[in-house]
Amino acid sequence: MIRRSIFFYSVFFVIVLFVMLFMGTPFTVRLLVEAAAFALIALGLNVQWGYGGLFNFGVLGFVMVGGFAVTAMAMPTNPDFWQSDGPWMLGRAILTAGAGALLIIGAYRLNRLGWPAFIRRTAQVLAWIIAYVAFRTQIDPAVVYIEREAGWVGGLDLPVWIGWAFGGLLASGLGLLVAKVCLGLRQDYLAIATIGIAEIVRALIKNMEWLTRGTLTVSPVPWPVPTPQLVQEWDVSIPDSFIVARGLYLLLVLLVLIAAILVMQRAYRGPWGRMMRAIRDNYVAAEAIGKDVGARQLQLFVLGSAFIGIGGAILTSFAQIFDPSAYQPINHTFLIWVMVIVGGAGNNLGAVLGGGLIYVIWVVSEPIGQSLFTGLSELAVQIGWAPIPDINSRSVQMRVLVMGFVIVLALRFAPRGLLPELLQTRMEPSPERGIDREEGNDRGSPRI
Amino acid sequence: MNEAIFFFNNAIVSGLVIGSVYALGAIGVSLIFGILRFAHFAHGDMMTMGAFATFIVSLLISGLGLSTSVPIAYFALPIAVALTAAAALSFDKMFYAPLRNRGAKPVTLLVASIGVTMIIQGLIRLFFGTGSHTFYEETSKTIFQIRLPIEGVRRAITFTEPQVVIVVLTILVVVALRLFLTRSRFGKAMRAASDNSDLAEASGINIKQVVRITWMIAGGLACLAGTMLALDVTLKPDLAFNIVLPIFAAAIVGGLGHPYGAIIGGYLIGFAESLAVFNWGIFLRPYRDQLPDWVPANISIVPTEYKLTVAFVILIVALLVRPTGILRGSTT
Repeated sequence: MIRRSIFFYSVFFVIVLFVMLFMGTPFTVRLLVEAAAFALIALGLNVQWGYGGLFNFGVLGFVMVGGFAVTAMAMPTNPDFWQSDGPWMLGRAILTAGAGALLIIGAYRLNRLGWPAFIRRTAQVLAWIIAYVAFRTQIDPAVVYIEREAGWVGGLDLPVWIGWAFGGLLASGLGLLVAKVCLGLRQDYLAIATIGIAEIVRALIKNMEWLTRGTLTVSPVPWPVPTPQLVQEWDVSIPDSFIVARGLYLLLVLLVLIAAILVMQRAYRGPWGRMMRAIRDNYVAAEAIGKDVGARQLQLFVLGSAFIGIGGAILTSFAQIFDPSAYQPINHTFLIWVMVIVGGAGNNLGAVLGGGLIYVIWVVSEPIGQSLFTGLSELAVQIGWAPIPDINSRSVQMRVLVMGFVIVLALRFAPRGLLPELLQTRMEPSPERGIDREEGNDRGSPRI
Repeated sequence: MNEAIFFFNNAIVSGLVIGSVYALGAIGVSLIFGILRFAHFAHGDMMTMGAFATFIVSLLISGLGLSTSVPIAYFALPIAVALTAAAALSFDKMFYAPLRNRGAKPVTLLVASIGVTMIIQGLIRLFFGTGSHTFYEETSKTIFQIRLPIEGVRRAITFTEPQVVIVVLTILVVVALRLFLTRSRFGKAMRAASDNSDLAEASGINIKQVVRITWMIAGGLACLAGTMLALDVTLKPDLAFNIVLPIFAAAIVGGLGHPYGAIIGGYLIGFAESLAVFNWGIFLRPYRDQLPDWVPANISIVPTEYKLTVAFVILIVALLVRPTGILRGSTT
């Protein structure tokens, strides 16, 4: 197993070396930073899906929340907002929301009074309606006022790393919400529910201009390390400054990634991880021996969400721009799934490798596809056909097709991924068993 | 009266149209779930594929030099339905059947359907680019206007030709499906397989054939729904991807595995969406002068940008209150 890991990781580094040869060092360092952030996101999905067998088709929402968190924390404050009536109006809206929440909770506690069921139901529905209407009467004028007077709320001018941490926190909050509502659902339903929540988050962030600036985009988001412009002031040439600054950034991201891997690896090997696998593989049996299945699954979902949120925050602050319309299900949900499945669900190192490898292939396939198409087009002209129109926009789409085939073929021929989950038995050491069992049909863990 | 007509034109017609599209899509999702027990996530993209199939066929027909007063899409539709059904069958053969034969869990098929989604999206974008297309390059949309012979009514009841076609076709499909499922041998076999696949197989029903028929019906309906949607709005690669969530909501609310439930669910979601974003303030407009100032001019239940949330909220409420759906659907 260790040999297998080393082999595939070396393959990854050889690919990176090739990229460096053709595309130059600054590009490669940028690619590696993004790949590391995606690896962190894939690790988060691996915690949810690989450890727990929990569907999350809403990765996009968590990535986006992480990105928003960075802008909310690290952007400079907006004096126009703080000097206007905005904070006061927003505060009132928040108070109304709190009062509404109390009302709703109260309505749900009515069963203590022993009233008939239909009165309770009516009271609950009424409470929801009253809370919603009251909130709308407060928030609507506040939104109009803020957008007119100040544009948007602005950030808090805090260090970027607090933004990253807040991204993890906010995403795990969202994860808690999703888990509370949806984790009781069967897998197919959970998949649909998570898509729905991600789409709602996307719609909210895109349209809440007063809070996120929506489609107007936020930039420049600050870096936690000196930016290339800052490095240039130290008498470094321009190409080198990019390498130095991005290299520093890469070091920081790798630090976060390695810390996450170490923690998860340790947790996975310990009693906690064993319990999680037991729940995943047979939750009825796990429940029968006294494990709190619901609470543990909630824990996993929240933990995975936190990693995804931090990854999203890292991506946004690296890109220096937060553009809600740049988030697409294909790039930020399905791609992550390809990473985890190709890498090996249930294996942390596999998910991380999948994250890096798939992201590099995803990015590099764009220029490759482009040159392929240009070649084909020239060939077509030589035979006497018309050249292929708008090559650039089409060749970009080539990679979506390729990823689709990758996921389908991986499921069919290597359902456990490049680095399959290690199945430990009591007779140590027998790591090779993990690979042997892959030959059979997909009994045992993980679910794919 | 003017307000009532405005309400009809903007809320009822759009609810009916989008509800029909949802219903047609949800029937397919529901049938597939009933027989194969997995949520076919690529269904939305199958709809887009169907719409593009119609687009190509109608381009070919007009390339032959035929020109008609109605859009050629209507003539191209039967061919495109057949093509999409064939495509659905071959997708099953290529991607899902090998996994099923290996004895993979339904969850694996669900993940595989993400792959199929990406393949279809990639193919469409590769061949048609990311821009939008229209079926109305040569002919224009016929708009029907009915003026009511009542004093003081200025607005006319307005709807377009594709909107009528959508609703009529959906009714026809529902009747045909009903007849198929209750009268024909294949339909009865499908119902039996949906109730209990093992028992059906034991009593001599050819499950493989049932699966094939299911894919053909689902693919054909997807093509129909996609084309209808593209006729009503425009044809673009992410056409159906945006409505896959409401379609699943419709299928789940109606009861998964239950085709009639899917129809009810489809219209329920369609009307809920159009009524939720409708500006109810319209009805207060004649009394504008008597009303106090604090009454806003725009009273809609949710802002238009959050239309998508409506389907989702209904889905969650349905799952919490009645998880089996309106009509009791399959549970496993």
